[in-house]
Amino acid sequence: MPELPRVPLGRWIDSFVDLLRDNLPWLFTGIRTFFATLLDAVEWLVHWPHPLVFIVLAAVLVFWLRSWQFSLFTVLSFGLIWSMDHWDVTMDTLALILVATIVSVAIALPVGIAAARNRTVSQLVRPVLDFMQTLPVFVYLIPAVFFFGIGKVPGLIATLVFAIPPGVRLTELGIRQVDKEVVEAADAFGSTRNQTLVRVQVPLAMASIMQGVNQVIMLALSMVVVAGMIGAGGLGGEVFRGITTLNLPLGFETGLAVVILAIFLDRVTSSFRDRAAAAEA
Amino acid sequence: MAAIKADGLYKVFGPNPERGLKLLQEGTPRDEVHATTGNLGAVIDASFAVQPGQFFVVMGLSGSGKSTLVRMLNRLYEPTAGTVHIDNEDVRALGKEELRKLRATRISMVFQSFALFPHRTVLENVAYGLQVQKVAKDERFERARTALQQVGLGGWEESKPSQLSGGMRQRVGLARALATNADVLLMDEPFSALDPLIRRDMQNQLIELQQELQKTVVFITHDLNEAMLLGDRVAVMKDGQIVQDAIPEEILSAPATDYVREFIQDVDRTRILTAETVMVDPKGTLASGHGPSVAAREMREQQMTDMYVVARNRRLVGAVSDRDVTEAARRGIQRVDEIVRHDYATAAPATPVAELFDLAVEHAMPIAVVGEDGRLLGVIPRVVLLRALGANANSAGTADGGVTGPDGGVTGPDAVGSADAAPTATGAGHSEEATTDA
Ligand SMILES: Nc1ncnc2c1ncn2[C@@H]1O[C@H](COP(=O)(O)OP(=O)(O)O)[C@@H](O)[C@H]1O
Ligand SMILES: [Mg+2]
Repeated sequence: MPELPRVPLGRWIDSFVDLLRDNLPWLFTGIRTFFATLLDAVEWLVHWPHPLVFIVLAAVLVFWLRSWQFSLFTVLSFGLIWSMDHWDVTMDTLALILVATIVSVAIALPVGIAAARNRTVSQLVRPVLDFMQTLPVFVYLIPAVFFFGIGKVPGLIATLVFAIPPGVRLTELGIRQVDKEVVEAADAFGSTRNQTLVRVQVPLAMASIMQGVNQVIMLALSMVVVAGMIGAGGLGGEVFRGITTLNLPLGFETGLAVVILAIFLDRVTSSFRDRAAAAEA
Repeated sequence: MAAIKADGLYKVFGPNPERGLKLLQEGTPRDEVHATTGNLGAVIDASFAVQPGQFFVVMGLSGSGKSTLVRMLNRLYEPTAGTVHIDNEDVRALGKEELRKLRATRISMVFQSFALFPHRTVLENVAYGLQVQKVAKDERFERARTALQQVGLGGWEESKPSQLSGGMRQRVGLARALATNADVLLMDEPFSALDPLIRRDMQNQLIELQQELQKTVVFITHDLNEAMLLGDRVAVMKDGQIVQDAIPEEILSAPATDYVREFIQDVDRTRILTAETVMVDPKGTLASGHGPSVAAREMREQQMTDMYVVARNRRLVGAVSDRDVTEAARRGIQRVDEIVRHDYATAAPATPVAELFDLAVEHAMPIAVVGEDGRLLGVIPRVVLLRALGANANSAGTADGGVTGPDGGVTGPDAVGSADAAPTATGAGHSEEATTDA
């Protein structure tokens, strides 16, 4: 049997990566510096208040958004994290998630809007999103480390790849779902495309967009542990340390902190979504 | 000079509109073009003129291209071919900015599903067109208030659309269109989504407003009665084409095609009084969740011995008498819907009046007129039936007021007598059935 010639795809990619790294070092340094600065700033912000102050603020927020029961849960669960002495790493993780969310939304919103307004854009974006979502995490973790080294920035970038697609999808869906006659009405009174977008389409897609933000946050959280493996620190790093050193108490406690953070962020963002939905009714 | 003039308008939807257009212009039948090329001629060679202050009605069955036609007038849909002139200005030649200006200041539109902005208050909705024109806040809210007063909605400024009933929502839609002071008003089936009684109110209100404001109106409907009542001129559309364009009397006396003739037979049928045309608003109804003591007080206030009970969406649940209610209050029953009875008569909106007499004799309560969805649309007390029987039909309802056939008015007994032979049409959409059973 004649031997099938081997396509050296892996080597090509390798050369391509080398090429990028050798010729565009300023690009990667630039991206790295940008994200590192952003992360530092947000980390400083969440570490700044005393844990007690932070817990009170969070409790007031969820009381206003939801109920006193959830407010109580917030006080008890965050108090538990504090008393277990995992406060600082939890705040590191919160900062990472906040930055990942802000950047994801900043990218997903305009892309989703463009896709909703233009069929060609939509058709181009869709396979890219599919690719981003189906690619196993480790496949892009490797180049991320390669380009940006070990630490928080590659962790953040890997998180972005994972978290952006639902943001784009739900933005596009939300805008496309706005009642056709309502959009026609805006146009019929002489709105520009941008006025229709800002005054009608985006407000009426807000519930769907907030659902997207919620998913972005949840996916970012699920990446925390993975990011911890490449030195992003935070709760993920602790969980990973717990696993590798067979330190069950540490693994359990920090794992629990991740869950608490997840519940808190999920409930808060879904309240925003519910409020947006009520405003549209 | 015509306020609106359309010449040879075409709109072709599909993968290759230009090819569809060419075939249609060569005279290929619409169905054939659609079957062979997948291109649909939604509007085919439509030409008409509307004079300033004229009320121009476009009537046709669902799918005949009415919405598409009206949307080409302000270029919400870009015509595939043909021209539109508004006050001698070629609308298709306008640039983006000029088109926006035209829409903001000279043409406004009212929609079938109301198309209000749900996240804005009533006042902000009405002021929208002025906001687009960058009219200062004080002035635009002032003008929006005036428009709301014109449609009888003063006092509802700060409500959200979701808090209003269907009829009120469409009044907001109308006020929004009036607020810009545009001379041309496009109305795409504005009343089709409303209950019959409300629709009648809205038609009457529109007639009054039009007498005062003298707008140039293009009004779309699939309801023949509505067309005859409102139109100074009526164009009948079928499969994308205008098959007749004439004053209402002429449409009735000299139908241009068999299709129009079928439509008119439908008029003859609807001139026969139906439950829908004679019914009146129930003076009071009870909510199914109310307790018996609340119900008792309500009945005392309205001085009624029997009342219909409706669920929140106005679905008819049953009826109660004052005696049952008092008894229930004594026994400590919580909700009136637990004690309703069903010994009353119901009728579909299209039931001929002739069929109602026996029902009326057999039951003490007014006949309940119930829509297909089970909602209570109106009631027919016995006195109303007697009036319909005795008097000239014109005095019984308003929906037939504008229909003056070739032979003048319709007399009650005749019309009622022939009703037995007429098939029962369904609800407000009788005209939809014209081709199938006429
Ligand atoms: N945007 C569109 N794309 C494709 N086909 C359409 C579109 N709008 C309307 N049509 C078709 O054009 C025809 C006329 O529709 P329409 O103007 O809405 O009729 P009407 O308002 O009289 O019910 C229908 O067959 C409809 O399916
Ligand atoms: Mg239509």
